[in-house]
Parts: sequence; structure tokens; C-alpha cells
Amino acid sequence: MSDDAIFRALADASRRKLLDKLHRKNGQTLGELCEGLRMTRQAVAKHLAILKKANLVSWKREGRERLHFINPVPIHDIAERWISKFEYPRLQTLSKLKKSLEGEDRE
Amino acid sequence: MSKVVQSSFVYVTFIRTTAERLWSKLTTNEFIKEYWFGVQFKTEWKAGATWEMRYPDGRVTDSGEIVEFDPPKRLVLKWRNEFKPELKAEGYGLCVIELAPMGEAVKLTVTHSMERAESKLIEAVSGGWPKILSNLKSLIETGEIAMK
Repeated sequence: MSDDAIFRALADASRRKLLDKLHRKNGQTLGELCEGLRMTRQAVAKHLAILKKANLVSWKREGRERLHFINPVPIHDIAERWISKFEYPRLQTLSKLKKSLEGEDRE
Repeated sequence: MSKVVQSSFVYVTFIRTTAERLWSKLTTNEFIKEYWFGVQFKTEWKAGATWEMRYPDGRVTDSGEIVEFDPPKRLVLKWRNEFKPELKAEGYGLCVIELAPMGEAVKLTVTHSMERAESKLIEAVSGGWPKILSNLKSLIETGEIAMK
């Protein structure tokens, strides 16, 4: 799992949107993920494959369906690499301030 | 679409080690303390045994039972929170830990689920696992990740 694959996967607005959708509601089928997006099912499937390859999306079988989950572990690894645990509370305060001023919606 | 009334998450990480070595880190009480914020983990590590986790100060955080113990591949734990009444009230969930060798690494998958919608327990543990998994990964790979 190379860092390059993770950053490449994240460098696309459609793929970030898919991660946002999973972040809001975890464990969705491909069909659910397609809802409300102006993308073909094939395009969503292709983006999902790239996210899976980068280990940003995990999945499990549930009966006949395949549910997709956001996998934040690689993102956490990246954050840990540059953010020490002492900086974390301060950064959280800044992020809260930014969110309260700009609103939660950053799309 | 999906009729599954369940809350869950599936976390995956790849650790450069062998399944045997990773399994021993996951199932040795002294090792657990190192990557799990100093908790004390107590169990006999066999199917049917109960387990219990305590904060360093002795308060019980979570407890349950080992449902499956299949080294070095699969560990299934019944899991209930013990220190927050609203989480404890949700009862037992299931934590499935799977190890699969992939080339020079092992794919570690942690699935935590609860048979109810919008489980507070799942929300609570979903924040903790990425930290624990990152700690475990850097502990086992010792420093290597900082350079990659």
C-alpha cells in the first residue's frame, strides 16, 4: 500500500465525494452510492476500485450485497506522520473554529 | 435498498510482518498494553473464555467472550462497553479480527458490528481503532514507516 496510491486516489473530487458519502453513512452498496450523483454506475464502480486499491475503502459481503466502508486507517497513518500528539489538541481547536465560521459544508 | 439493521465499520491495514508474529502481538496481554494506551487485557485466549479490559487505573472499560480463536487467522470477540451506561445498555456487539498474508505483509481486517441502527458503541469505538492500528503497525514495523 504505497503512499502514492493514497494521494493519487484522494486527488480527485469525485472520489472525495464518494468518501464523504461513506463518511455520512457507512456501509453502502454500489447502488446506494450512485444515488444523487451525476455519474454513471460504471464511473462510480471505477472510482470505488481505485479507492479500494489505495485501501481507503473496505467492504464486506452481507447476503447477496456488498457493503462499502470508509477505511480511515491510511489517512490516520499519514496524519500521524506529520502531526505529533502534542499538536493534535491545538489543531482540533483550529479546525473547530474554522468549521464554526465556515459551516460544516465544504464541498 | 439495504435492509440490514446494523451499525458497523471495517478497518483494514497492511503490516509488514508474518501472520504468526502479528497474531502474537494481538493475543499477548503484555503486548496489547504497548499499542492500546496502556490498557490491561485479561483473558485465557481460547474459545469460550471471557475477556476483560481495564484502564491503567483499574476501571473496567469493556468485556465479553472469545467466540472464535483460530490462530493465526481469525479472532472473534463478543464485545460490550462497561463504563458508559448508555453504551452498556446497547448490549453485546461483535468484533471480528482477520489476518491474511499478502506478499511481504499481512492484511489485518477489523470489523466491529452491532445489530442496531446508529449504535453509539460503534460510533465510540470507530474513533479509537485507527489509532490503535497505527500504533500496532509502527510498533511492529519499528520506524520503517517514518521513512517510506
